[in-house]
Amino acid sequence: MDIRWNVFLVILGAAFVTFIPRVLPLMVLSRTKLPEWGMRWLHYVPIAVMAALIGQELLVHDGKASSITQYIELIAALPTFWVAIKTRSLLLTVIVGILSVMVLRFIF
Amino acid sequence: MSLNGPQVETLKAPLGEDSFIRGVKDCVPTLLGYLSIGFASGVVEYAAGMSIPEIALMCLLLYAGSAQFIAAGMLASGSSIFSIIFTIFFVNLRHLLLSAALSPYFRHLTPLKNMLIGSLLTDETFGVAMNESANKSRLSDKWMHGLNLTAYLNWFAANIAGALLGQWISNPEQWGLDFALPAMFIGLLVLAILNRNKLVTDIIVAICSVLIAIGVSTFTSPSIAVIAATIVASTVGMVIEKWT
Repeated sequence: MDIRWNVFLVILGAAFVTFIPRVLPLMVLSRTKLPEWGMRWLHYVPIAVMAALIGQELLVHDGKASSITQYIELIAALPTFWVAIKTRSLLLTVIVGILSVMVLRFIF
Repeated sequence: MSLNGPQVETLKAPLGEDSFIRGVKDCVPTLLGYLSIGFASGVVEYAAGMSIPEIALMCLLLYAGSAQFIAAGMLASGSSIFSIIFTIFFVNLRHLLLSAALSPYFRHLTPLKNMLIGSLLTDETFGVAMNESANKSRLSDKWMHGLNLTAYLNWFAANIAGALLGQWISNPEQWGLDFALPAMFIGLLVLAILNRNKLVTDIIVAICSVLIAIGVSTFTSPSIAVIAATIVASTVGMVIEKWT
């Protein structure tokens, strides 16, 4: 029950290459004034990045398409979206999403 | 949290509005997601042969969901140290874009304070912060620290719980827990779109991004596909906004 040397190096290295992209733009860009188009571009980043992550979670499985479990997640996404739009509640969205997948996996 | 260094007194919004405690509260809706993903992460790491101290250290230093899953898997399969670090670098490179998008709201802070905020940046805290930023020109650092630290501690606790209880749970997917992550992303996307009045452009950007992310991931890694999709789709949004 201790820390192996190679695992320690992996953790340290991975933490470093994760830390730099996390902090660098915040430290540098907050000191300089971005041009108008740059600001406008950054406003679309949240939408684009969340949509890309959702697309991959629901539609890409190990680079391959098509399997029954995949359709379960896609179907479960419908009530999840609906609850998000209707309630605007993050918590309810997550709960309904988990319950939908659980019920669908139980049935199929 | 210690507050040393030169104290820059800034004009503040009415007190209470931007407090640490409100940041903690605003994190609460995401906790269920963190708990379930962190729990799953702990189970996977333990199953991959990692010890509790190793898991704890990884949560505290790396603090990134997908990267921890990948590290556990690659360690178990005997990948080289360099290849694991290199893969995680690409997986987490999207933080560059998240950090850049947050930067206009923290212009009033020193670089050191910005570093503290960025070091605990995740997809989820970013999503919550961007929703908070609607109709605001700046965000409070106290609020952001409340949000970040709550998420951080929960992630740690959930991973350790997963590692400790992992031996008795054979199949976490049966309970739909793996869907907590996509569900949270869905919630964050919908909130981001509803909180501003650019419905049509936002939906076009989202659809573009999904199509590019799927298309590009057929011939390269998923993490590069996310970065490519974000860059192209954001540019599409910017161009549409300029021409309409």
